[in-house]
Amino acid sequence: MNKLGLLWANLFRRRTRTLLTLLSLLVALLLFILLRTISLAFTDGGGFSQASVDRLVVSGKYSIIDSLPISALSQIQALEGVDAVTHAEWFGGVYQDGAEFFPKFPVDPNAYFDMHPEYRIDPEHLQAFMNTRTGAVAPRAVAEKYGWRIGDKIPIQGDIWSKRDGSSDWEFDLVGLYSGSEDRPPTVLLLHYDYFDEARQYDRGTTGWFIVRLTDSERAAEVASRIDQFFANSSDPTRTSTEAEQQRQFMQQIGDIELMMTGILGAVFFTILLLTGNTMAQSLRERVPELAVLKAVGFTDAAVAALVLGEAVLLCLLGGLLGAALALLVAMLIGPGMEQTIGFFEVQGTTLAAALGLSTALGLAVGAFPAFRARRLSIIEALRAV
Amino acid sequence: MALVRCQDLQKSFVKGRERVEVLDGINLEIQEGDFLALMGPSGSGKTTLLNLIGGLDHPSGGAVQVGGVSLNEMSARQLAKWRAENIGFIFQFYNLLPVLTAQRNVELPLLLTPLSSRQRKDNAATALKIVGLEDRAKHKPGELSGGQQQRVAIARAIVADPTLLVCDEPTGDLDRETADEILSLLEVLNQEHGKTIIMVTHDPKAAERAAQVLRMDKGRLAQEAA
Repeated sequence: MNKLGLLWANLFRRRTRTLLTLLSLLVALLLFILLRTISLAFTDGGGFSQASVDRLVVSGKYSIIDSLPISALSQIQALEGVDAVTHAEWFGGVYQDGAEFFPKFPVDPNAYFDMHPEYRIDPEHLQAFMNTRTGAVAPRAVAEKYGWRIGDKIPIQGDIWSKRDGSSDWEFDLVGLYSGSEDRPPTVLLLHYDYFDEARQYDRGTTGWFIVRLTDSERAAEVASRIDQFFANSSDPTRTSTEAEQQRQFMQQIGDIELMMTGILGAVFFTILLLTGNTMAQSLRERVPELAVLKAVGFTDAAVAALVLGEAVLLCLLGGLLGAALALLVAMLIGPGMEQTIGFFEVQGTTLAAALGLSTALGLAVGAFPAFRARRLSIIEALRAV
Repeated sequence: MALVRCQDLQKSFVKGRERVEVLDGINLEIQEGDFLALMGPSGSGKTTLLNLIGGLDHPSGGAVQVGGVSLNEMSARQLAKWRAENIGFIFQFYNLLPVLTAQRNVELPLLLTPLSSRQRKDNAATALKIVGLEDRAKHKPGELSGGQQQRVAIARAIVADPTLLVCDEPTGDLDRETADEILSLLEVLNQEHGKTIIMVTHDPKAAERAAQVLRMDKGRLAQEAA
C-alpha cells in the first residue's frame, strides 16, 4: 500500500455515495464536453473551416434575413478587387417529419460550384443541374443518409417560401451528388435558383446574400468596405464580411450560444460543487477520529490535509475522466448527425484538457475547506470525541 | 537512565472564563524497560499526562523529556516526526481504519518511512505474527472481534519498532478474558521485546500486570498529593 492506495481506499469507504457522486460528476463533465464542442462549432470557427479566406459575403446591412436585389450582382462584380460573384438564398423547408434538419440553398449552379472549388461534382451532374430547372444536387453524405438516388423526387415542405399558387409543397428532382473534404463534408442541398425565383410567391428578383471571390485575399477589408460604401446610400445597404464571420453571425441568430452554454454549465457546476462539497464534508465528519489517529502515528498536519484534498481531487478527476470517455463515445455515435446540422462536431483536445482542468479545479474547490479543517484538527479533541 | 523525565509538568485549559489546572506540577521518571500503570479517578489527569509524554500535546509549564529529547520546544511538524519514530499508541477503541485490511492498518505508520513497499509489507506481517494474527492479515476491522482489533492496533503500535508504548485504557472495551490476553501480550512486548510501556487504566486487575503502579488525583501523583 502507498499513499495513493490510502486515498483510493478512503474514496470508496461508502461505495454507493461515491458512485452516485461520480455519476453526477460524469454527467456534468459529459455535458460540459458536448456543449463546449457545440459552442466551438458555433463560435470558434470550428464549423467554418470550409469558409474561405479569399471569399466575402455580402448581406443586408441590418439583418441577414433582409433580401438584396439580384441586380446588385453585376454592380459588385464591377468593383475593383472583385474576381467573381455568385449568390445564394436560405430556403429553410422541412423534409419528412423535420426531425433532422439540413440546409437548402437556391443557387446559380455553375457560378456556385465555380466559386467553391473545394466542392467536387461530376461534370455530368453539374450539367444536369444546370439544365434541369427543378433540379437539386445533394451532398453524398446527405443522400446516403436518406437513401436518395439520382432521379428521385425530393419533397420539401416550405416554411418560409410558398409557391405562386399558394401551396407550400415543393418538389425537386435529384440530378446529382457532390462532395467536399472528408473531414468536413458539405451539408447543403443545392436547388436551382431560376426555378425557385420563378415559382416563389413573393420577393422575386432578390437573393439572400452574395458571395464574392477576391482577386487578392490580403485586400479583404478594403474590398468589403468598398462594397458597403457603394451601397450605403441605396435602398438596400449592405454589410460585407468574410465568409467565416458571416457564418458565425448567422449561427448567432439562434442566440448567444456562448452565453447560453455558460449559463447552463454554470448552473450545473454550481450544483455539482454543492453536491460534491457536501459529500466531502460528510466524509470528513465521519472519520475525524481516524484522521486524529493518522496524526498520532506521525502524519503531519499538512500530510493529513493533503490526503483529504487529494481525495477530493481524485474523486473529481475520476468523474472527469469517465465523463471524457463517455463524451468521446457519444461524439462518435452522434457526430455524423450533428455535423449535418451544425457543420462540425468533433471533440477537441483542448476541450478534453479543459474538462480535466475543470475537474481538478472542482476537486480543489470542494476539498479546500475539509482539508483546512483536517489540518487544524486537534488530536486530543478528536480522540476525546470517540 | 530514565527514558521519560517529567519536571514540574503542568497543563491547564481555559474553559469559558475559567482556567482549569489538569496537571499540577508532575515530577516523574520512568526507566527504560518499565511497565507502568497509571490509575486514578476520571479527570485526575492520567490521559493528559499520557498525551504529553506521547508528544500529542504541549505542556503549559515544566518540562517533558523522552529519550533525552525535550518535547517542549518541538514544533507540531517535529513532534509528528518524533512520534512516528519513537512512540506506539494503543487506544481504548482501537481506532483502526475500517476501509483497510489488518495488514494495511499495521502498515500505516510505515508510509512515513523510506522503506520499500516489500519491506513495509514484511514488517507488517512480522508485527501481525507477534500479536498472533498472521492468519487475519486480509481481514478488515469489521470482520474481527474486539480483541483481535486491539491486537491489530498493538501490531500497528509496534511495527515501526518504537521505544515507548503509550496505552490509554487498552482493555477498557474488552471482556475479562480478552483483556487478559491483551495484557499478556503487553507483558510479552515488555519482557521479551524490551518495550517501555505506560498504561492508563481504571481496571485494578489490569494494573496488577504492570511492574509499577502510580496513582493520580486532581492533577498530581497521589503520593505527591498526599
